[in-house]
Amino acid sequence: MASKRNNGSGGTSHALMVKETISAYLFLLPFLIFFVGFVLIPMVMCLRTSFFDSTMGRADIFVGLQNYVTMWNDEIFRKALLNTVIIVVVAVPTVTAFSLWVASVIYQMGGRLRSFYRCIFYLPVVTGTVAVTVVWKWMFNYYYGLVNYLGKTVGAIENNVNWLGNEKTALWCIILILFTTSIGQPIVLYVSALGNVDPSLVEAAEVDGATNLQTFWRIKWPQVMPTTLYILVITTINSFQCFALIQLLTSGGPNHSTDTIMYYIYYKAFKLFEYGYGNAMGVFLAVVIALFSAVQFLVAGKNNE
Amino acid sequence: MNSSVRKRTPYRIVSAVIMALLAIFFVFPLYWIFTGSVKTAAAINAPAPQWFPMEPTMTNYNKLFSNPALLWLFNTIFIAVVAMAITCLTSAMAGYVLAKKRFYGRALLFTLIVCAMALPKQVILIPLLREMSALRLHDTLWAVILPTVGWPFGVFLMKQFSEGIPTEMLEAARIDGSGEARTFVSIVLPMVKPGIGALAIFTFITVWNDYFMQLIMLNSNTKLTISLGLAQLQAEMATDFGLIMAGASVAAIPILTVFICFQKYFTQGITMGAVKG
Repeated sequence: MASKRNNGSGGTSHALMVKETISAYLFLLPFLIFFVGFVLIPMVMCLRTSFFDSTMGRADIFVGLQNYVTMWNDEIFRKALLNTVIIVVVAVPTVTAFSLWVASVIYQMGGRLRSFYRCIFYLPVVTGTVAVTVVWKWMFNYYYGLVNYLGKTVGAIENNVNWLGNEKTALWCIILILFTTSIGQPIVLYVSALGNVDPSLVEAAEVDGATNLQTFWRIKWPQVMPTTLYILVITTINSFQCFALIQLLTSGGPNHSTDTIMYYIYYKAFKLFEYGYGNAMGVFLAVVIALFSAVQFLVAGKNNE
Repeated sequence: MNSSVRKRTPYRIVSAVIMALLAIFFVFPLYWIFTGSVKTAAAINAPAPQWFPMEPTMTNYNKLFSNPALLWLFNTIFIAVVAMAITCLTSAMAGYVLAKKRFYGRALLFTLIVCAMALPKQVILIPLLREMSALRLHDTLWAVILPTVGWPFGVFLMKQFSEGIPTEMLEAARIDGSGEARTFVSIVLPMVKPGIGALAIFTFITVWNDYFMQLIMLNSNTKLTISLGLAQLQAEMATDFGLIMAGASVAAIPILTVFICFQKYFTQGITMGAVKG
C-alpha cells in the first residue's frame, strides 16, 4: 500500500488532498450507504443487543453480561461448541491437504483436462447447498438409501444403518458432505498458485537430482504458503459457520448430537426469538473466528521472514 | 533426467486413476439428482437401486409445477440479477477510488473492509432481520438484495483489478481536462471489464445459493426462492424422492449452466479475490 504513495505529480498539498477526498467520497458513497447500513450498523447492533434481554414485541431490557453467563452454563451450547470444533479440526486440515494434492496432480495436466477437473470439483459448490443436501439425504436414507445398499453389497455392514439418525454417525456424514462442498475454491486457488511457481527453480532442483517429494517440500510448498494460509482462513470461517447442512439433514438431532453454534444461534434466535442470547453467541463466534484468522496470519508472517 | 521420468510414471498412472474415480464420486450426486427426477415411484422404492432410469417419466415434474416453482425460480433470478447489477456498479466505483486515489480516511476504510470480510456474515442476520422489519422490507425480495450489496468482497476484488490501471493514463485524462465521471466511464470501466465479469458471475452464484439469508428474510409462499421452495418440499414430503429430485434439478440446472458458460471469469474472480499476507 505504502509503495504507491508517489502517486500524483502535484505533491500532497493539503488543498489538493481535500479536493481529492471530496471526489473520492462521491465515488464511494453508493457502496458506503449499503456497507454502513447493512453491514456495519448490524455488527454494532449485534454487540449491543448481546447485553440485553431482547425478544419480539417489547422493549429490550439491559442485563449486562447475563447472556454470556447463561451461555457459559448452557450444556447444549457447550455440546454445540464441541461439535463445531470437531467439524473445524477435521474439515480444515483434510480440505487443505486434499485440495493441495488434487491441485498438484491436475496443474501439470493439459489446459482442457485441468479445466475439466477444476470444474468437476467445483460442481457441488455451484449446485447449491439445498440441492446437494437433499440428494445426500436420500442416499443416506435408512430404507431407500444407496449407501446402505452398497454397504451391504460389498459386505461392509450387515444390517441397514440409520446414518443420519444415529448419534455416532450423523456428525461424520455431515463432515463428509461439508468436505465435498468445500474443496472447490481451494483447488482453484492452489492450481493458480502452483502455476505461478518459478519453473526455473523446479528445473534446477530436478537437475540436481532432487526427488519429486523434495522438490515439492523445498520449493513449491514455501512458494504457495500465502495461498495455504488464505485457504486455512476461509475454510476455518466456513466450517465454523456450518448451518444449512445441519438444518436440512438433522435439525441438530438426534439429541443435540449434531448441533453447531450457528445452528444453535438460529434455533434460539429464530425459533425461540431469544435475540439477546442469540447475539451473545454470535459475538462469541465472531471473536473466536477473528482470533483464528489473526493467529494464522501471525504464524504465516513469521514463516515468510 | 531419465531416472526421474521413469520414477514419475507409476505415480502418474496411479494418481490419474484416483483422479478419475474422484471425478465420478463428485459428479455422482448430480447424476443421481437428474436420473432420480425422471424415475417412477416404483423404481425409486425398489429394493435394489436402478442405476439408469428404465422408464423415464415426467410425473415428478408435473407434481413439482403444481407448486409455484416457476415463481420461486423467477424470485431467485430477480434477486440474483438485481444484486449482481448494483454490486458491480458500487464495487467498481469504490474499488477504483481505493486503488487509485489518496484521500483522508482511506487506510481506515480499507482496514474496515478487510476486517468485515473476515467476520462471519451469518452472525449479523439477527440484527439485519430486525432492521428489515423496521424498514418494512421483511418478506420482500429487497431484504435479501440490500445486505448482499453491502458485503465488501466486491470492493476488495475491484480494488485488485483497478491496481492494474496505469496511473499515467489517468493523469493524461486529467491534463486533457476530462472530469472525474468521464474518466471513470471512458478509461476505468473499459480497463476493469474482466474484473466486472468475474464479480458479476461470482455475485450471481453466491446470491443464488445464499440459503441462510433467504431462509431468515423470506416467509410467504409467493416470496420463496427455489432453494427455500425445495427445502419446504423436502420438509413436507420427505420420502417423495422423485418430486424432491425434480425440485433439485430445477434449482441446479440454471446455476450450473451459468457456471459452465462463464467458468473462466469465475475462476479469475476467485484467484484475484484472495486476501494474501
